[in-house]
Formats: sequence, structure tokens, C-alpha cells
Amino acid sequence: MLLAFVVGVFYGGFVRKITARVQNRVGPPVYQNFLDILKLYSKKTAINHGWMQHLGPAFAITASVTSLMFIPILNGTGWCVWFENLNFKGDLIFLLYMMVFGSLGMALGAGQTGNPNSAIGVSRGLSQMVGYEIPWVLAIVALMLQTKTTSLTGLVDFQVSNGTWMMFESPFAFIAAVLAMLGMFHYAPFDVPFAPSELSSGPASEFGGKYLALMMSSGSIFSFVKLVLIVDVFLGGAANLIMLVVKTFTLYMIPVLYGIVSPRYRTEQSIRYFWGWPTFFGIVGVIYAVFVR
Amino acid sequence: MINDKNSRKIADIIQDFSRKHSLFMLAYGTGCGAIEIPPTTTSRYDAERFGIRGMATPRQADVLLITGYLATKTLKRVIRAYEQMQDPKYVIGFGSCTINGGMYWDSYNTVKILSDYIPVDVYINGCMPRPEAVITGFIELQNLIKEGKANGAEQYKENLEWYRENQRKVIKNWKMPDYNW
Repeated sequence: MLLAFVVGVFYGGFVRKITARVQNRVGPPVYQNFLDILKLYSKKTAINHGWMQHLGPAFAITASVTSLMFIPILNGTGWCVWFENLNFKGDLIFLLYMMVFGSLGMALGAGQTGNPNSAIGVSRGLSQMVGYEIPWVLAIVALMLQTKTTSLTGLVDFQVSNGTWMMFESPFAFIAAVLAMLGMFHYAPFDVPFAPSELSSGPASEFGGKYLALMMSSGSIFSFVKLVLIVDVFLGGAANLIMLVVKTFTLYMIPVLYGIVSPRYRTEQSIRYFWGWPTFFGIVGVIYAVFVR
Repeated sequence: MINDKNSRKIADIIQDFSRKHSLFMLAYGTGCGAIEIPPTTTSRYDAERFGIRGMATPRQADVLLITGYLATKTLKRVIRAYEQMQDPKYVIGFGSCTINGGMYWDSYNTVKILSDYIPVDVYINGCMPRPEAVITGFIELQNLIKEGKANGAEQYKENLEWYRENQRKVIKNWKMPDYNW
């Protein structure tokens, strides 16, 4: 968990640095997000809108940590006996539900604040989730059909024992998953729910101080979780930590670099995008898994 | 261990360090000074180097940046925004208008001296101050935080009666919610 936190926060710092370099700026130091989170934790926080508002960020971080517990971070038993319990023999379908839980908790918490920006942000975020979950689930279903297992470790073992990566075994599902990933990370064309210039940061607009710190750390952990999950199911997992960092960072650059050069979609444009080509590739992936393989 | 005197001091130093290097600003763009904020934060002058970052809502922000003159009508909104911010919070008065009224010194509906109404930690002089001056003002604030002198929010709490009296003189129909800080 500490690993996920540190790596996730450093990725956030790298993203800010890379964004700055793309925009021809110097940018903040890579440890800037640590300072931000530390400062936010040390702020006094006296906002009270009701008990659900206090629980919302807690739900979000609980969901992130729980889904972190349910994905195998390294292949095999890991390089150390203490890390053995990081390889829970997890089930992919359960994980799909677990990953949505954090967004729902945030939605409930933000809904109670009564801020109109939060309400609009939540409705936008949930509609966008309906958009990208469909190609994502189709891609995962294609994998399950192809390997005839719903276990995460089973998927990783399948790739290791056959010596291939699923991204070559079922390329259409991989394309669908990557396109869905663009939405999952909420970078630029799909940052519809947060939209600082329209919604003043959307669901988070009434959360300051320690709540914001909880949400930032939860977001860092959760982005690491999503990356490790995609690396596990499509890129054959990682044998050691260095490979893990290389693979996740390469994968992370897809939404980040696509996001830097893009403006923002409107909500219906974003949903139409996800129900277009990504869903098509997802369906093709399922057909490919059933009939060709 | 936390209550031990030396370790308390170390914790304060770490907190002040992170506070100093991560200033989320809420730019209250009332006057013409708001035009200087985009160049300060974008590619040319790049305030993000110093950890200065724009935030969209008062709940998330640390620094309230009053850019230029305040009309008596907007003072109410500034006070509400300021009181919604979470401690520790700082205010930067931006431009001559916040110091003594500037070119609006004889206007009937602008607030002349900002520090009568909300506590100001740093003033940036000029009409308009250039982005270099704005960044210098932020670095001045960082130095004050490092020395532990940026305590405008505590002064506001101590002298609340005095500030409220001044505010009520300007805002005739006082219908303000009470925020819990």
C-alpha cells in the first residue's frame, strides 16, 4: 500500500512535470504532490454538511485500498515472503464491482454538500462512467472467454505459461481497453466531471483541507491500481518491481500525452465517443475470442 | 512523542515547509488586475515552479488574491469567500487600489483600504504589477510563512469585532451566513 501510494504520487508529480515540459514551462519539482498532500493534511478542516459528506472521501480511499488488495502486483509469490499476501487469488468480476464503489461513495458525499457544481459534476461523472464501462467490460469479457478463467492470477499464469501477452493474443480487446482507459483516468478530453473552468472542480468543490488530501491520496492509489490491473491482464504482469514501474509508466503515458494536447469534450460527445469505436472494438474482441480462438 | 517540545518543533518545520512550497491560490478577479494572472501562471512566467497553483473554489484554496479595486458590492462576496477558506489562510492585496484606493481614491463606491475589512498578509504595489512583481509578492509570502509571521487569519479571529464593525459600515443589508472555522 505504501508502495502504491509513493508510486502513485510520484506519477502525479511526473505528470505535472511532463505537462509543463510539453507546454514549454519548467514545471514544479516531481515531489510537488507530496508537499501538496502533506500541506492539505496539516490544514484545519471545519466543514460540516452532514455525515455522508464526511464519509464520502473515506469511501473513496477504502475502495482504492481494497481494490489494491485484490490485484496481484507481482507475478508468482513475489520476491519476498512478506509480499506473498499481495497476490490475492482475486476474481476479476468482483474487482469490476469494487472499482466502481469509490466513485459511488464520492458521488454520495458530494451530493450531500448541496453545492450545485458538485451535483452537476456527479451526474456528469456517472454518465461518463456508463460510457467507458461498456467497452471496458466487453474487453474483460473477451479475455475471460478466451482464457476460460475469471481469476486474475489465472489470467497472469495463462500469459506466463504460454509466453505471450494478451495484448497480442486478443488485440481488439486491448484496443477497446486502452480507449476505455482514456476515460478511466479522466485526463483532458474526458475530464468532463471535474472541468475547473466550468464546474469549479466538480464533485470536489466543497471539499477542502483533509478531505481533499484524502481524495488526492485515494486518486493516486487508484490510478496505480488501474495501471497494475491493465498490466496484469494485458501485458503479462510484471516479474519484478522495475518491470512493473516501466510497464505501468509506459501505459500511463497514453492517457496523459493524449490529454495534454486535447481540449475538453462535452458530456454527450464523450459518451458518444465511448459508445462508438471503443464499443465496436470490444464487440469485435468478443467475437474474435468466441469464434476465431 | 508528538507532545514533546523538540519533536513538535520539527513537525512545525515540516508543516511550514510544505505550506510554503504549496500555495493554492484563489484569484478573486474583480478589478483589472485579473488580466495579470493568466500570464503569471502560464508558460512565460510559470508560477507553478514555486508550487503556486490556481484553485477553483475557496474551500480548497490557501491564498486569496484580491486583484485590484473592490466595489462595495463585491466586498460582501470577498468576505464570504474568505470565511469559507480553511485555516491556515493568507490574503494578498494586489495593486495600488487595495492599498489606498489608487486611481479610485475619491470614488464613492469602492473600498479604499483593504486591510480595514480583511487581514492582508502581503501587498503588491503597482498599477498594474507585472507578473515578476506578483511572483516576488508570493515569494515574500513564502518567507513570511517560513518565519511564522503570516498570521493574518489569527488576527482576524482576535479582532473579529473590529473587522465586523468596519464591514457593517460598508454592507448596509447584512444578511450573511456564519461559517464555522
